[in-house]
Amino acid sequence: MTTETLGARPVGNRVAPPSFLRRYGSQLGIMGVGIAMWLAFVALAPRVFLDIDIYKAFAETTPLFALIALALTFVVITGEIDLSFPSVMALGTAVFCLLVKAEWPQWIALLAGLATGALCGWINGALVARLNIPSLVITIGTQFLYRGVELVLMNGTGVPLTPDKYPVLAAVFTSHPFGVPVETLWTVLVAVILWIVLNRTRFGAHVFLVGDNPTSARLMGVNAVRVKTLAFMLVGVVAVFAGLMTSFVGYYFWPTTGDGFLLNSIASVFLGGTSVFGGTGSIVGTLVASYIIGAINAGIVSAGINAFYTQLCFGLVIVVSVVLQTIIERRVRRQAIGGRS
Amino acid sequence: MADARGADRVPVIELKGVSKTFGEVRSLAGVDFKVYPGEIVGLLGDNGAGKSTMVKTIMGYYRPDPGGEIYFHGERIHDWSVARARQLGIETVYQERALSEKQPIWRNMFMGREPHTKWGLLDVKRMREESARLMSEHMGFTSAAVHPDNVVMTMSGGEKQGVAITRALYFDAELVVLDEPTMGLSLSETKKTLDFIEGIKKAGKSAIFIDHNIFHVYPVVDRLYVLDRGKVAGVFNKSEISMDELIARLYRVARSGSMEEQAAS
Repeated sequence: MTTETLGARPVGNRVAPPSFLRRYGSQLGIMGVGIAMWLAFVALAPRVFLDIDIYKAFAETTPLFALIALALTFVVITGEIDLSFPSVMALGTAVFCLLVKAEWPQWIALLAGLATGALCGWINGALVARLNIPSLVITIGTQFLYRGVELVLMNGTGVPLTPDKYPVLAAVFTSHPFGVPVETLWTVLVAVILWIVLNRTRFGAHVFLVGDNPTSARLMGVNAVRVKTLAFMLVGVVAVFAGLMTSFVGYYFWPTTGDGFLLNSIASVFLGGTSVFGGTGSIVGTLVASYIIGAINAGIVSAGINAFYTQLCFGLVIVVSVVLQTIIERRVRRQAIGGRS
Repeated sequence: MADARGADRVPVIELKGVSKTFGEVRSLAGVDFKVYPGEIVGLLGDNGAGKSTMVKTIMGYYRPDPGGEIYFHGERIHDWSVARARQLGIETVYQERALSEKQPIWRNMFMGREPHTKWGLLDVKRMREESARLMSEHMGFTSAAVHPDNVVMTMSGGEKQGVAITRALYFDAELVVLDEPTMGLSLSETKKTLDFIEGIKKAGKSAIFIDHNIFHVYPVVDRLYVLDRGKVAGVFNKSEISMDELIARLYRVARSGSMEEQAAS
């Protein structure tokens, strides 16, 4: 260290590329957890879990929160969190319903609903990134705000969304092309698109940089405010998309739409290996973790366990995955400081 | 005191009457500053003299107070920002290194300037390959010792500095700003860094070299600015002042706020 030129050191001091296991370790871990859990369910309730029907049910219900979890991964990587998306799901869908009621064309109402999601996300992003308010606090505030606006707009009433009145949109959100629930096809499509955005665009690269070290990112000319705002807007748009899907699946828009989604989506992101501290995360991890969470939901009930245990289970999943992440990260850091410099 | 050769040349960068206040604190007060092409300019000053604020103003990280003017090759630039400064060819090796520790080397190397393919997608293959090439050619890493996929967190201080310096060099900068580049480096790493600064001059480019250590700064620079309490306390051509005299004046300025003997007495 003291005699050699900058950075040169004895060969063999380090394994050249980081090993496959090290690079994809957390993702492999999640898949391992998923497979282990599946085997446990098969053992506990073989009649249910060796039948195709349960998988069809997963494929219809999981996407509703998985879609949002995929978008939320971006926000978490930037080191923030969005707790307002359940209300955004409802507010965007409410705007859609009201515009259809006012006899606007359905596709314009759809775009307006999605734009409402973008606007909600922009407000979240502006408050967090421009005014530097902790996102954990401010998005609790906007969660109530958006829900309140929606309840006022709808006057607390719901709207039926039957396939005969919305033939096209019902097909878009709930059909079964080739026997596969379209909800899961949407999820896979969104996952592929978001994977490309995160890993193969400059915006995605900046999402990592901003979450890792915001000062460094700014010193190198990355516009942190813009990056964070866009990430929040992405969650807003996807939340409305999921809100519409949820409503069309249930043939009815409830003013309480979105309640109960918070835990599922957030658990999926953290179980998927995205760091609570920002800077690292994976779309594939979130996708797999979403289906694990979905399986827990269905598995607990069909394994004959009291349904009240699901909440306990999700709570455990969030706590355990975050604690494990923290321990692993601290260990890597200590190795870096102790063993290498 | 002014630069004798500068009359017929246009500075790469020029600050005119630049001030920067943070609330009540005035970090820079009416600073005039020039760097000519092919020139290495040293910037000396005590802690809190305003060196780092000046660097970050030159880089567009801070916006100067109204009234301050920034010129690049004689042209006044109004929309000064980090992205703009880098686009014009100014690169900085920051004191705090400005690395993203959890990211692999290839992401750090191209931070804020990621190359993309003609479809607008990130050119990850090129980023990896170029990083590997730069590491072995410029940083003296043997290809077996480090891999572009290694995360920065696992590297030593000297290696991290290597990444920061190589990054500044890669983009063919016209002006390289080095903010305390030798801080925390071993003797040999410091030597290598100073050699690198001389290399900038040989390549016909300019540099601003900021350091506490006058023994590092004096040998490599052409001209020296001394900052004190946010003001330029003195500008010297190296040919006009010896190292001993400079040190004496630096002590004087630290005590009295003035460089000149008569003002101190």
